[in-house]
Amino acid sequence: MRVELIKRPQQSALFSAVSPFIALGLTLIAGAIMFSLLGKNPLDALYYYFIDPLTGIWDPFNRWQLHELAIKAAPLILIAVGLSVCFLSNNWNIGAEGQFVAGAMAGSMIPVLFPEFHSWIVLPLMLIMGMAGGAAYASIPAFLKVRFNTNEILTSLMLVYVAQLFNDWLVRGPWRNPEGFSFPGTVRFHEYAILPQIWPDAGRAHWGFIFALIAAVAVWFMLSKTVKGFEVKVLGQSPRAGRFAGFSASRMVFFAFLISGALAGLAGISEVAGPVEHLNEKISIGYGFTAIIVAFLGRLNPLGIVAAGLILALTYLGGEAAQISLQVSDKTVRAFQGMLLFFVLASDTLIHYRIRLVASPAAKPAELAATEAAGNV
Amino acid sequence: MFEQIIITIATAATPLLIAAIGELVVERSGVLNLGVEGMMIMGAVAGFAAAFTTGSPWLGLAAAICAGALFSLLFAFLTLTLVTNQVATGLALTLLGLGLSGMLGETFTGQPGVKLPLIYIPVLTELPLVGRLLFGQDPVFYLSLLLTGAVAWFLFRTRAGLTLRSVGDNHGSAHALGINVIRIRYLAVMFGGACAGAAGGYLSLLYTTQWIESMTAGRGWIALALVVFASWRPWRVLAGAYLFGAVSIGQLHAQALGIKIPSQFLSALPYLATIVVLVLISRNRRLTMINTPASLGRPFVPDR
Repeated sequence: MRVELIKRPQQSALFSAVSPFIALGLTLIAGAIMFSLLGKNPLDALYYYFIDPLTGIWDPFNRWQLHELAIKAAPLILIAVGLSVCFLSNNWNIGAEGQFVAGAMAGSMIPVLFPEFHSWIVLPLMLIMGMAGGAAYASIPAFLKVRFNTNEILTSLMLVYVAQLFNDWLVRGPWRNPEGFSFPGTVRFHEYAILPQIWPDAGRAHWGFIFALIAAVAVWFMLSKTVKGFEVKVLGQSPRAGRFAGFSASRMVFFAFLISGALAGLAGISEVAGPVEHLNEKISIGYGFTAIIVAFLGRLNPLGIVAAGLILALTYLGGEAAQISLQVSDKTVRAFQGMLLFFVLASDTLIHYRIRLVASPAAKPAELAATEAAGNV
Repeated sequence: MFEQIIITIATAATPLLIAAIGELVVERSGVLNLGVEGMMIMGAVAGFAAAFTTGSPWLGLAAAICAGALFSLLFAFLTLTLVTNQVATGLALTLLGLGLSGMLGETFTGQPGVKLPLIYIPVLTELPLVGRLLFGQDPVFYLSLLLTGAVAWFLFRTRAGLTLRSVGDNHGSAHALGINVIRIRYLAVMFGGACAGAAGGYLSLLYTTQWIESMTAGRGWIALALVVFASWRPWRVLAGAYLFGAVSIGQLHAQALGIKIPSQFLSALPYLATIVVLVLISRNRRLTMINTPASLGRPFVPDR
């Protein structure tokens, strides 16, 4: 038995639309098998994972869960929207986690270094600093790629470790709250440095989620309605064609990295100024990597990414719910997310190819092959 | 003291060397597998689990190798059979490996591990100065040197090695000559997986003798960088691995000596060194162009 791929004459519109759903379905099946192997009732586990956190939709007493969903989804969507520009233009920025931390540190400078500076301008300044910090950090691999032809995958990833270590030093050393007992972390931000909540009466969701939606719509508009978006896609699919069109590949490297860095930085400062309310050593919990899964599940389309971000956020909440109700380890969450990306990538094959199972390898009679070839034309 | 430092450098360099040599063979066949970190951590958890339950570090090492090879099959099936994007699939392999290993290894956290024994040859190991260095290290250390030599010989001195390189340099022509490109790439990817698994097993069976979540700490990525640094040549991988071993041991010694630099900055050194080395190598565009396997990362669908 052998798998054979037959190239479709053009992309399948049907499978472009349904492939993420096929992937989700396969992930649910694989997840059910995984939970049975762990000795849990798979239906219970899937209920706690994917339904329980959503009960707030019909149950007003559980509205807070939807807010928690928005809190988790905000950084994922912000980062993944930026990554879509990178991946579409064939720039492999996988260091968004580092840019997230860089943005968090840069934005925290104002409330930490000038704690007496109370004004309405503090928060906008922090957000700008956060975006600038993330963009500056992302410009390092971009510069190295353009100037020295260095592989951006490896450099951007190495910078994640550097940013995490630098942040660890800051919150244990110079920025440490002297009244924080033995816990590493900065002082709690004052009220002017905290992102407001959207509906404070109902839950904790903050403006970060609104930023995420705005970013998604803006980048969607840029990608699908402007020449710049066309340039992104042309340079990604065929750099040669892009050169003939007069597009600059080096400028695109900077464009993609700066946008994704700025959005990752905004995600970082929104996390710190939102739910966490101070900078500590634990802010980096892998949103930058999970956002890679979000970007692909959303098929690199910013609007698809909003949906994908909510789904991945659901797995975080579901993981917590399953841990409390079924004593399933919270470590299953990352395994689940990893499986999802695999199924997404595998399902995307259906867009470009028809898949056929062939019984015996290479032993096909020539006649049959010839008629088939004729049939394909 | 000096002897001891050399030995610890070898211990830090060996996992990098094994993983990078495996990835070198994979890339020479034209496949870019960014999942080294994921295969390595799967090897680490499988190795620890097998050694912990059976009590035998050798079974642990065997389990690590098998786990790495099996896990790499996932990547091979997606990229070679389903022709998915190699960069994205490699990332997926790393994310899945880190997630799965964290889940599988949870029960082993904090448990005492089983350590691979050091070689002991009567008389020879007790020689002054060079005894421990040459005749008293762990067996995997010797295997890693053998592996480097064997891969160098295989790639550049055998017909099969030439075939593998031809697949990596021009899969279209290789296919036209009747070479089964996909089969060779499957074998190369599995070899790379086995090596990454062994490197992970080395970490949990000898380097730390414990299971810690995400214990590979970016070593898989450093191994990937080493392949670029070595411009796809096995003996240069050896040199690079020992250079990185020296950097990471050097920073540990500096921390122990209480040098007035924050420990986090010293810990960041191996990662910064990777970036610096990559820049130095990549800036010479001609050199990288000549050595990079021409079909690296390009999808291949056999036509009939």
